[in-house]
Amino acid sequence: MLGYCLIFYLFNKVLNYVLKTRIIPTLLYKDLGLVKGVGFDSWRRVGSAMQSIKVYNMREVDELVFLDITATQDSRQPDFHLIDDLADECFMPLAVGGGIKTIEDVRKLLMVGADKVVVNSQAVVTPDLISAIANQFGAQSIVVSIDARKTKSGDYEIYTHAGKTPTGLCPKDMSRCAQEAGAGEILITSIDNDGTMEGYDLTLIEEISRTVSIPVIASGGAGKKGDFSDALRCGASALAAASIFHFTEQTPLEIKHHLKDQRFPVRV
Amino acid sequence: MSKVAIIDYGLCNLDSMARAVDICGGTPCVTAEASELKSADRIILPGVGAFPNAMKNLQDAGMVAALNEAVIEKGRPFLGVCLGMHLIAERSVEHGKTEGLGWIKGNIKRLEPSESTERIPHVGWNEIDFEMPHPLLSGIENRTDFYFVHSYHFQAKVSHHIVATTPYCGEFASIVQKDNIFGVQFHPEKSQKAGARLLSNFLSL
Repeated sequence: MLGYCLIFYLFNKVLNYVLKTRIIPTLLYKDLGLVKGVGFDSWRRVGSAMQSIKVYNMREVDELVFLDITATQDSRQPDFHLIDDLADECFMPLAVGGGIKTIEDVRKLLMVGADKVVVNSQAVVTPDLISAIANQFGAQSIVVSIDARKTKSGDYEIYTHAGKTPTGLCPKDMSRCAQEAGAGEILITSIDNDGTMEGYDLTLIEEISRTVSIPVIASGGAGKKGDFSDALRCGASALAAASIFHFTEQTPLEIKHHLKDQRFPVRV
Repeated sequence: MSKVAIIDYGLCNLDSMARAVDICGGTPCVTAEASELKSADRIILPGVGAFPNAMKNLQDAGMVAALNEAVIEKGRPFLGVCLGMHLIAERSVEHGKTEGLGWIKGNIKRLEPSESTERIPHVGWNEIDFEMPHPLLSGIENRTDFYFVHSYHFQAKVSHHIVATTPYCGEFASIVQKDNIFGVQFHPEKSQKAGARLLSNFLSL
């Protein structure tokens, strides 16, 4: 009987009957269009938000992250009309960030079609916002986004306001606090690796994945198929990427075929 | 066309559900008015949010009585999604004990990891297992992936109320049903083709 159970269990594992690894294209929005930079700088225009969302919807990607990267810097609210229009085209999960300061902002975003909100700068400025969102809308609706840079001593430091403002805070401490406050997921981005397409910061991903028990979305640096499997081996639950999809021929589906070959569970 | 009341209790992503119902051939009517339920052919209780707040908002809007009348007395087909599925249970332990609508026997419990690699919330695409054909699942292959995002699950007391399960944290009920009352843990409105098929099936019940 035990043998039968074991065979059945292994059979299920081999056949991929588990939670699938999500590949998440990240859309960065600035000045009415999508952009992509290197190290949170040197932004290049990469097309319209609506066009990209339609393409990703057609390709049935696992999930999308949409970040209005200058909303906080410009002291703007999220563009609720824009999100409303984009979400109407999105028959898949959509996480939206940028400019979120209050519970009211979150309520409006969820009302117009966001499934989750991504909070970055404001999670540092007013950490109570995380627990307020979790209590009101449930932990699953809040992703805490942490942008980190390596310091000279080899540690990591959090930067807010699109990578412009150093905080003196440590990503590990911040992710632990975010989890305790009720965050549903952590989106961890290496500013140094962002846009370089030279691979994720595996040390950073491993540190955060070990620190929290909520899902960790790795971000910043993916440039080839192997980068995705590397990040999974370091404990990431989901993989966000932008440049590789904007600037190369690679599609999320091709990445997933690679992961499948490496025996990671994916939806293909 | 079937008028589908989508209940607005101030907590969730209603636009996606309304749009999905529209695409699937229903006439969505997003409403916070209890009286609107009288003229609805079908009712969807969507869900993002925390259980106690949701239950309080339903009560404050007079929705509990209106739901009981439409679903229990008149037998209108009802679909609870995610938190909406949880609200039809007897009670939940999310942020303290709260009584639910009590339509399907069972309690809402927190997911507990059965392996060290399992993280909570359960977020992402995972399959549903069902042994018997079911009208809600017509045209959907067994073990099709749907999109989940939740930390709590429906622990049903009566096994034949469980239509499908999902293998995470051991196994949990991903679809429950009793008579005209259906509850799904995943988000059909976000589950692409399979989700649209399930909603179409609900609209043709």
